[in-house]
Amino acid sequence: MNNKPHLHVPHPPARPGEKPDFSYVSLSPAGAVARPDPLSQARDIEFLALELVRVLGDDHRATGPWNPHLDAERLREGLRVMVLTRIYDDRMLNAQRQGRITFYMKSTGEEAVAVAAGMALDPADMLFPSYRVQGLHLLRGVGTVNLMCQLLSNTRDMCKGRQLPVMYHSAEKRLFSISGNLATQVPQAVGWAMASQIKGETSIAATWTGEGSSAEADVHYAMVFASAYRAPAIINIVNNQWAISTFQGIAGGLGPSFAARGLGFGIPGIRVDGNDFLAVYAATKWAADRARRGHGATVIELVTYRAAAHSTSDDPSRYRPKDEVTAWPLGDPIDRLKKHLVALGEWSEEQHEALVKECEEHVRSSWEEACSYGTMNDGPRPDPLTMFDDVYGEMPPHLRRQRDQLARERG
Amino acid sequence: MPESGVEAVARMNMIQALNSGIRAVMESNPAVVVMGEDVGYFGGVFRVTEGLQKQFGEHRVFDTPIAEGGIVAAAIGMAVNGLRPIAEIQFADYVYPAYDQIVSELARIRYRSGGEFTAPVVVRMPCGGGIRGGQTHSQSPEALFAHVCGLKVVMPSNPYDAKGLLIASVETGDPVIFLEPKRLYNGPFDGDPHKPAVTWNAHPKGEVPDGLYRVPLGKAEIVRPGTDVTVVAYGTLVHVALAAVEQMGIDAEVIDVRSIMPLDTATIVGSVKKTGRCVIAHEATRFAGLGAELSATLQEECFWHLEAPIQRVTGWDTPYPLAFEWEYFPGPKRVIAALQAVLDPEPT
Repeated sequence: MNNKPHLHVPHPPARPGEKPDFSYVSLSPAGAVARPDPLSQARDIEFLALELVRVLGDDHRATGPWNPHLDAERLREGLRVMVLTRIYDDRMLNAQRQGRITFYMKSTGEEAVAVAAGMALDPADMLFPSYRVQGLHLLRGVGTVNLMCQLLSNTRDMCKGRQLPVMYHSAEKRLFSISGNLATQVPQAVGWAMASQIKGETSIAATWTGEGSSAEADVHYAMVFASAYRAPAIINIVNNQWAISTFQGIAGGLGPSFAARGLGFGIPGIRVDGNDFLAVYAATKWAADRARRGHGATVIELVTYRAAAHSTSDDPSRYRPKDEVTAWPLGDPIDRLKKHLVALGEWSEEQHEALVKECEEHVRSSWEEACSYGTMNDGPRPDPLTMFDDVYGEMPPHLRRQRDQLARERG
Repeated sequence: MPESGVEAVARMNMIQALNSGIRAVMESNPAVVVMGEDVGYFGGVFRVTEGLQKQFGEHRVFDTPIAEGGIVAAAIGMAVNGLRPIAEIQFADYVYPAYDQIVSELARIRYRSGGEFTAPVVVRMPCGGGIRGGQTHSQSPEALFAHVCGLKVVMPSNPYDAKGLLIASVETGDPVIFLEPKRLYNGPFDGDPHKPAVTWNAHPKGEVPDGLYRVPLGKAEIVRPGTDVTVVAYGTLVHVALAAVEQMGIDAEVIDVRSIMPLDTATIVGSVKKTGRCVIAHEATRFAGLGAELSATLQEECFWHLEAPIQRVTGWDTPYPLAFEWEYFPGPKRVIAALQAVLDPEPT
């Protein structure tokens, strides 16, 4: 025995060339976790932060107290948006590979944490997204053309050429501007929720951040403020196991789960199967109900797997086993919802194929239209002099001078 | 000058003037809320928010956890949801946990969202030394914010301006870093710590109208017209500069910058073109401080009018040491030496 003090550095169970091992992910059978009253005290429902809320069983049937009993139309809508998200992601990755856009980030394998959660909220609820929940934007109808124009920084770019691709926003659809600085949106969402209370309104705020970025002080701030003021907010921690090359244990440490992070603040935590559309929907509804009834925030850990690279600048084969995704115990969210609908007799392979084709065609024609408003290489380009707009509400004299100087430079 | 319709004028120190300003905007705009450490029931450690919670209720004036990053982040979210938060950071020295929220978020939300979202937050913070605060209660970090595009940065030097600038800051629609030189809270200070403290009672800028009035952002004030030399200062150094000029018996023009961003370059350049000489004075450290920016701008704009090299008077490039506060503080002696150097430059 070596008793010499040493620094403990956590490491993942498998690196490239090793056998994938997800035995550290503790699972509960579908339907096994109780669904307590949403107004329960956090201390009375700590089990929710440790077990895993699941609705869809291996038989593709919905089971247990968390079954949200959604009708087939709603389920098909969820499936449609998830499929659209995946196809959009695939096509935009190709666009980046072809040099049409500079950068992209896929949400492959994590579509439910955006789409199911978004569907469980009201249109008036304000969303503070991270950069990997584009399903929210598609769900709320920002539109593929608008999103693509942002990726292209073209004449119809909502960000007017100022933001890295995927940093979307929509004031109209209540989707806050995405920041490249991680987790900053989490305490902002809590502030938004506090303002909703101050104004006597019923809208709540929901925010998404990764398990890696949950280490930021901002998430601690968010929980302290949410706890003190009982802010009607939902703090989603998307645990997709990987923060670029850093496995979840580096941010997780000795904590029993990311959902349990809320418990010290008196905020309930729910650990949810993030690839189970019904479970994500039901947990979000539970938290929204609690928030709207004045009992404050909930932390939801969405257990999922980042099936794609972190971004187009990343190569995951350098730090994790190539076949890790095939060993992931919670499957794929689209495949699982599809099989559930089929099991209900509400969907078929033919219908699914038709849906995929329809989404592919939609994305293809959207891309064509988006490119007609300009690309990096050809077509119309936004006016560079607009870079001086919106720094302030009114342009101060020094910026007017600099704008004039650039105008002269451009001749 | 006060707008018409404002009748009553009262004698106030800077704390009372700020309190009166917050009260006036809260009365006129129900979206204004006040938040920060100890600002609620207690009324703030410097008493700036005294009585506000009692008048406006705890939904509009409330204490926050000791988490500056959380204070600014929550204020951003509240502003995005239509409120006009005035967030207090108890000392400017404590603002750094909020720096990411200020620099990466607050300053850029309008820009990065193409103007769809705005975050009109006023972040108030007492700054500066001369109060035995040592290196964690004396800093003047204005340059750190002036360097960040998207922020407005303000530092009043007297009660009248403090109230008018605060009201203008809440109304501007852009985020504002509002720095309050705490050595001036209770009276003007000429830089001599051995003299008995002076109150605002006899000072013309201690006369403050009761109601709502604005001192516009982006406008400097010539506080003493003159022809021999221009002294550009803000905050506490305005009063130090005036004392130095009086002691020398020279006809200097003293400019109170008031609004660091946007900067009233026209007034400053106009003055230096007239006098041909300039001393820039601030309490903050010298290297990459506001003096460097002002000096660079002046040589670009006024080079052919200059009779002598521009001089800077600043705090030293060290932390603000407790025991050597008055050796650190840029007092009248340092200002006089700089004035002498620009009035009678050594031939090379």
